[in-house]
Amino acid sequence: MLRVTDLHAFYGESHILHGIDFTVNRGEVVTLLGRNGAGRTTTLRALLGLTGKRSGSIMVNGRETIAMPTHHIAHLGIGYCPEERGIFAGLTTEENLMLPPEVASGGMPVTEIYGMFPNLAERRNSPGMRLSGGEQQMLAIARILRTGARLLLLDEISEGLAPVIVQSLGRLIRGLKERGYTIIMVEQNFRFAAPLADRHYVIEHGRIVETVTKNELESKMDCLHELLGV
Amino acid sequence: MFELLGITPQALYGQLLVGLINGSFYAILSLGLAVIFGMLNIINFSHGAQYMMGAFIAWIGLTQVGQWIGDPGFSVSYWTALLLSPLLVGAFGIVIERTMLRHLYKLDHLYGLLLTFGIALIIEGLFRDWYGISGQQYEIPEALQGAINLGFMFLPKYRAWVIVASLVVCFATWYVIERTKLGAYLRAGTENPKLTQAFGINVPLMITLTYGFGVALAAFAGVLAAPIFTVGPKMGADLIIVVFAVVVIGGMGSILGSIVTGLALGLIEGLTKVFYSEASAVVIFVIMVIVLLVRPAGLFGRER
Repeated sequence: MLRVTDLHAFYGESHILHGIDFTVNRGEVVTLLGRNGAGRTTTLRALLGLTGKRSGSIMVNGRETIAMPTHHIAHLGIGYCPEERGIFAGLTTEENLMLPPEVASGGMPVTEIYGMFPNLAERRNSPGMRLSGGEQQMLAIARILRTGARLLLLDEISEGLAPVIVQSLGRLIRGLKERGYTIIMVEQNFRFAAPLADRHYVIEHGRIVETVTKNELESKMDCLHELLGV
Repeated sequence: MFELLGITPQALYGQLLVGLINGSFYAILSLGLAVIFGMLNIINFSHGAQYMMGAFIAWIGLTQVGQWIGDPGFSVSYWTALLLSPLLVGAFGIVIERTMLRHLYKLDHLYGLLLTFGIALIIEGLFRDWYGISGQQYEIPEALQGAINLGFMFLPKYRAWVIVASLVVCFATWYVIERTKLGAYLRAGTENPKLTQAFGINVPLMITLTYGFGVALAAFAGVLAAPIFTVGPKMGADLIIVVFAVVVIGGMGSILGSIVTGLALGLIEGLTKVFYSEASAVVIFVIMVIVLLVRPAGLFGRER
């Protein structure tokens, strides 16, 4: 579904990604792990063309996107949940939910989304900024489920949330995986990510330095500890 | 009561009407500036020149085009100009955005302001060269000549039309931006253009069309103004300084704020003419100073 080859990305003059290579197959959940500043968020942003200059190759469903403008990339069926959640303060909860255009058929109907996140239904007319952190995070994920995107880029969704909410996010991701969504997660919280993912990529200094599959997790734990400092 | 204050009711109503008319123009023009600033982060100093272009195109259509095409009987009516002139000036704005403004978004506001100020001077210079400084008269369209007797005063039909038309346009714009899906795109694009684009919305196109629309609003105001004020190269420059004060008072980028402030300040200016006419030319600037000191983000603006 996604094949990234020798991806370099820049912010202005600074060279952040130094040749990232990875692939994600349909229906897989993979994580990008690493320390702060390693280039995980930049990798997600580079997939969408949100960084400065990029080079290399990003194939999405067999289409090369490295030269595509950002607003075309989403229409290949990609949904993005940014690290800062990106809830629009000037829009109501419902307007936030309805904002992203449909990028493919088969998106989750709004009634189902409200069934899944009753809090959002209750607060549909409140301004986006009045929501709690957990509600904002739910909204940020819900609004990309509505669009029919099948490849989800989720940046630090567990960050700063209470443990019960993190648990329900874990159930949500598992449910999405069962439905066949393909998910790339950037995660700081290894304990949250480990049971969910099929594969982990460890990024350091803008490169993938280690790939750990689910089965290798135990045997490579020491190596991960060292790389992540967890 | 009127004797006590030493004024006549006629003077009061008359000045309130003038105030409301001026307020209507302040509202449309500051609305355009607010929309443009919100989306483009550009302080459009050529707004006054674009307003003047709108008026001039209407005048050219009415009086000049017939001679150009060798058929003196032909003229573009007021009503056609009301539609055509904003379209032409809007298209002109789109060309400017595509070729020049586009390169300035990443820089400080100051650069956009300087560029649009330069454009304004060029446009005004060209019109001065072509049609002279003295200004032209534009006749009130036949259907709107005459006045209505309201009992306590005579209301010229054209003035009533200007007030109604500008209120309708202002509130239609407000409605589209605050209550529709297209407006949600605009608000989202204003707040976080990159994320909005990452959702698959063509933000660069929205920016171009927003500038075109804002400029078209200025031209629309220009056509409305043509039969009231003299159509001359300086008509925009005189008005726009006041409009910028209005925008500062209302708060940069606030849609409703610019409409309400525009109308209110027009009325305040009118009232000042009645009670202390010496201050009427500066009252808006005095209010601006006070607002800047007390609430720097403007009455309706959000502090950042």
